[in-house]
Amino acid sequence: MTTPLTLPPKKDPQKRTKVPVLPPVARGRAALGLGVMAAQGRFGLQVCSECAAIQYPPRDACVKCMSEDLAWQDVDPTGKVMAETTIRVSPEPYFRERMPWRMGAVQLAVGPTLNCHLHGEIGRGDAVRMALKLDKAGQGVLIALPLKGSDVMQDDPVLRAMSCDPKHRRILISDARAPMALALTQAMLSAGAAHVFLGEPEAWLSWPERAELEGMENVSIMPLDVTDVSSVAKLAAEIGGKVDILINTASYVRVGGIMDNDTSFASNSFEVNALGLMRLAQGFGRAMSGRVQDGINSAAAFVNILSVRALSPDANYGAFGASQAAARSISQSLRAEFQSSGMRMMNVYIGPIEGDAWFQPLPPPKVTPNAIARSVVSGLVDGLEEVTCGDIARDVYARWQADALLLEREMTGGGS
Amino acid sequence: MSDVIANVAEALAEGSARIVDLTHTLDPDFPVIILPPEFGQCARFRMEEVSAYDHRGPAWKWHKLTLNEHTGTHFDAPSHWVSGKDVPNGDVDEIDPSVFVGPVVVIDCSAGAAEDVDFELTPDVILAWEAEHGEIPADAWVLMRTDWSKRSGAQYLNMAEDGPHSPGPTPDAIRLLLERDIRGFGTETVGTDAGQGSHYVPPYPAHYLLHGAGKFGLQCLCNLDQLPAIGALLIAPPLKIKGGTGSPTRVLAMVNT
Repeated sequence: MTTPLTLPPKKDPQKRTKVPVLPPVARGRAALGLGVMAAQGRFGLQVCSECAAIQYPPRDACVKCMSEDLAWQDVDPTGKVMAETTIRVSPEPYFRERMPWRMGAVQLAVGPTLNCHLHGEIGRGDAVRMALKLDKAGQGVLIALPLKGSDVMQDDPVLRAMSCDPKHRRILISDARAPMALALTQAMLSAGAAHVFLGEPEAWLSWPERAELEGMENVSIMPLDVTDVSSVAKLAAEIGGKVDILINTASYVRVGGIMDNDTSFASNSFEVNALGLMRLAQGFGRAMSGRVQDGINSAAAFVNILSVRALSPDANYGAFGASQAAARSISQSLRAEFQSSGMRMMNVYIGPIEGDAWFQPLPPPKVTPNAIARSVVSGLVDGLEEVTCGDIARDVYARWQADALLLEREMTGGGS
Repeated sequence: MSDVIANVAEALAEGSARIVDLTHTLDPDFPVIILPPEFGQCARFRMEEVSAYDHRGPAWKWHKLTLNEHTGTHFDAPSHWVSGKDVPNGDVDEIDPSVFVGPVVVIDCSAGAAEDVDFELTPDVILAWEAEHGEIPADAWVLMRTDWSKRSGAQYLNMAEDGPHSPGPTPDAIRLLLERDIRGFGTETVGTDAGQGSHYVPPYPAHYLLHGAGKFGLQCLCNLDQLPAIGALLIAPPLKIKGGTGSPTRVLAMVNT
């Protein structure tokens, strides 16, 4: 039922590139909770802490008992399409460009009935699984998906607009020397990426791993150093108009706390991890933001791979943690700046990397380059904003969400 | 004296003398020395706009630079090395400026370096040069020509798993130059020492012995193939950096045409 997407032909240079238009943005505070869940790829609703009622749409008080203690909780996403309709006219520019548009009502097994978008492979009476996705306005919206879709179900136009699927897109990986660069390149090509560009800093320093990337089909190694504004500008001038997904893998790690660490190492950490991201955003962000509605291979996402120490530092890596916190803050500002274009800013939080010399003395568990690559691909396919990869990142992220001050005490104040 | 200077100016104006630029362009992609990563590293040259005739400064353009004292073509002061830390006036701001202009001799090792990336400047090479050109005069700069400056990219540092491979002087060669009481020693490679210079006794003999004796270093030079073996005048004033151990330097030579 889903028509597979094919690689688009070259653009007609006489036609204006469509500028991004967004679905409605405004939400009440309670409804923003849908986006919080969607950003993490979770399906959850308000669950009343007093009477356990599961509630939709989100409100400020429980419709059963008037309690204001409404926690967002993951709930069973299965349900059944009770009704569907096709909308043919809309005053909203976003939907006008995409008519006709199917909507439905799904009754969840756990109770509530949801008004939602429908995937093309389902209709009235079908058993479905519900998902919360971020739409182009960055807001959490509901879509009913088939329990077992076809191999090309991701190509459904409604779902694709909520995803940053690498299929047919062109990827820029900012640092080819990063430990996960090779795995990421292979994973992107396997996911159907049309081309992978890899930035190579300091080509005057040889590195044996380069041989594995050289000569791979649809892979180009290009000069790029995120610490050098002229290098970023040069590459942006060359390929800035055809980067659809930018994955920042550049990272600088040195061991040491704050008092005993060298500020020149700390300075390098900030130059690469924080300001490097800013330079990439300045070089590539505007052109990408302008191409969010540029057809099948439109610009879709900016990905930043962060240490989970961005959330709460390990004092043994004090300056590194500080630079990661700064990088996360830059990511969040960028997310706000990208909002008006529909570009997605995805943070992938990782723990210490297996095989990375700077984390060598740390005990397992560590995260492997392959696991990072898998998380980036699935995060893009699912259209997420916040992704954790590996046991350490998942655990720290969950504890940080539960109680950031308690996490700090666990990390630094004698937690065992 | 004024006649001498007038004569120099006239020679330059009429072309009987000319200036050779021995300096590489400061460029973000120009290699710097690489140390084991747990050590502090030499900052790469970086340049960011402060304004460019725009809202940040409507009628002017200027840049902020980031670099190490030892980035690009540069001067090493005695205080650069532990052996020279107590040399009087061993920082760049303290050095008598008269030593920044002086005679230079060039020992051509380019044929040897073309054959062997680890080519060594030995006492025998120096003595052979002296047999042809006479003894190296006291207080002269000595430059080791290897044509290494014509290499680019990864070929410049020529890094292998056992470290970089590039030509340089042996400890005994430096001792012989110190017997001649030279002013300083310069190379076309990233440092005054050979790529494998850490394996000599003492390690990094050019740095260790020269700076210990209060002598100076120049590295990342180019265009040495345009200099005569003897008879040129070297101009190499480092920036006057308080407590500086070296400085990026525009190194020039004046030669007879």
